[in-house]
Amino acid sequence: MSEAGPIVLMGSVPPPARPQSMLGRWWRRLQPRGTTLVTSIPYLWLLLFFLLPFIIVLKISFSDTQIAMPPYQPLFSWAADQVVQVKLHLSNFAFLVEDDLYWRSYLTSITVAAVSTLLCLLIGYPMAYAIARSNPATRNILLLLVILPFWTSFLLRVYAWIGLLKNNGFINNFLLKLGVIDQPIQMLQTDFAVYIGIVYSYLPFMILPLYANLEKLDLTLLEAAADLGSRPWESFLKITLPLSLPGIIAGCMLVFIPAVGEFVIPSLLGDPGMLMIGKVLWTEFFNNRDWPVASAVAIALLLFLVIPIMMYQRTQESASGGGLHR
Amino acid sequence: MTHGRPWFRIGALALGFLFLYLPIVLLIAFSFNRSRLVTVWGGFSTHWYGALFRNQQILDAAWLSVKVAAISATFAVALGTLAGMVLTRFGPFKGRTLLSGMTAAPLVMPEVITGLSLLLLFVTMEQLIGWPQGRGVTTIIIAHVTFTMAFVAVIVQSRLTQMDDSLEEAALDLGARPAKVFFVITLPIILPALISGWLLAFTLSLDDLVITSFVAGPGSSTLPMVVFSKVRLGVSPDINALATIMISIVAIGVVIAGFWMTHQQKVRDRDAQMALAANQDLIESLKKG
Repeated sequence: MSEAGPIVLMGSVPPPARPQSMLGRWWRRLQPRGTTLVTSIPYLWLLLFFLLPFIIVLKISFSDTQIAMPPYQPLFSWAADQVVQVKLHLSNFAFLVEDDLYWRSYLTSITVAAVSTLLCLLIGYPMAYAIARSNPATRNILLLLVILPFWTSFLLRVYAWIGLLKNNGFINNFLLKLGVIDQPIQMLQTDFAVYIGIVYSYLPFMILPLYANLEKLDLTLLEAAADLGSRPWESFLKITLPLSLPGIIAGCMLVFIPAVGEFVIPSLLGDPGMLMIGKVLWTEFFNNRDWPVASAVAIALLLFLVIPIMMYQRTQESASGGGLHR
Repeated sequence: MTHGRPWFRIGALALGFLFLYLPIVLLIAFSFNRSRLVTVWGGFSTHWYGALFRNQQILDAAWLSVKVAAISATFAVALGTLAGMVLTRFGPFKGRTLLSGMTAAPLVMPEVITGLSLLLLFVTMEQLIGWPQGRGVTTIIIAHVTFTMAFVAVIVQSRLTQMDDSLEEAALDLGARPAKVFFVITLPIILPALISGWLLAFTLSLDDLVITSFVAGPGSSTLPMVVFSKVRLGVSPDINALATIMISIVAIGVVIAGFWMTHQQKVRDRDAQMALAANQDLIESLKKG
């Protein structure tokens, strides 16, 4: 990645494991206790506040609802003779399978996320490519321009689109004035608005890993191809595109995974009846106060996302292993 | 070197940036609109900024958010730096894969899942050990530290892998203790990464709605929560004013930080070159002598 400090954010590939690093051995040999201590601080924090919570969610997804605080029954209880009794309620998951509301919302979320990811790729790839091919001085400015929206409030950027898409909003007023349309088009509270919102909010996440990848591309390959009579378009399809695959996968995962669970964008821009899984989970939790079902929704979503998350992790590891030539 | 057609590249960039910036530009423009109707121009006015600064609810929420963000970012930088350091410098150890997974996953984890799971953790902990009592600022800070430290760890990791580790090696060779090496050599070199990490953690915390809504208690509404409940009822011009103020602060901050870091980089490069040149001179003189 570039050397300019703030630019090193998402696109940068995490580190290669330094398997036989001499430095690693030094650190460890000199102070085995110190390194254990240093390792254990972030480790324990993440175990306690990141991993353990998922186990609790899993536990509660198997428990029964009750009207109390907290609104679920304990999973383990002391029965007679000091035997721990475990009551597994699969009813929450059965409920998810039976009620087609959940199926439809999972399906909607996945479709919306997949289409938005594709749109992000179609818009982001040419931009990342253009930035990677511009001269170094403009490159930093262009990167800064990509990152700047990412630093400004996500909520307020989504809010900005309400003003544009409303029936009496900027776009409709503009088109009415031009005489292209004679009555406003309904754009807010449609699926179109949700797509716009997601593509707009997640575009930097697509551009940065793509840029990080394309910037490293060895241009002599393209020159060689041109010398051998390959047309630019051909070279792009046969050389640039396949080589940028890790960047494409990383960018797509960075957009797709959070977009599946998106809550803010569909609730502000989408149709109130539009069912996305993030909204369903939110409603189950805050409006229906059904914590076990909300947990079951979360577990089902997580199970679906495990594969994309692992794919993302894999590209990160391999990209850092193979692309290191500094 | 022009690969491909320049008009294509310029066109892609122009359209892309138009898409990214038009909403923000319009948002800023309409914050100076006199009309109550957010999208009809009624002349220039700073009326809505006045209204914003008289809105006690927003001011309280903003102050709370800034405090939470500053504290969370500081903890996140400490923990994220440790995690980045462990993952890049400590070589393989048992459980390294789990740690690297746990630092990468929060980057992509849907916020509803993180929020729900943290809340259930806090509720369970309260039942078992009586802490944290209820939910409020403490639980919000813990949640924010947890999801922002992942971003810090990524930034620190990428800085550490880019940096030349021969300095650390030399210092260790010469007998400096690891802690001293870290504070005297590693830390100053990765300082820019820590600053960008802190700023990023601060902005992410300041902006978070979903996770915060899960773990916040009755008396602890942060700025995004107040904004969200206002925006749900419709567009209001004072939110435009608020957005403009926040965007300006961030834009100015990022631009200044960018310039400062480019400058630092130049200084470092020059120093490195001078050191190399001096080294060369030394070798030459040794050869002659």
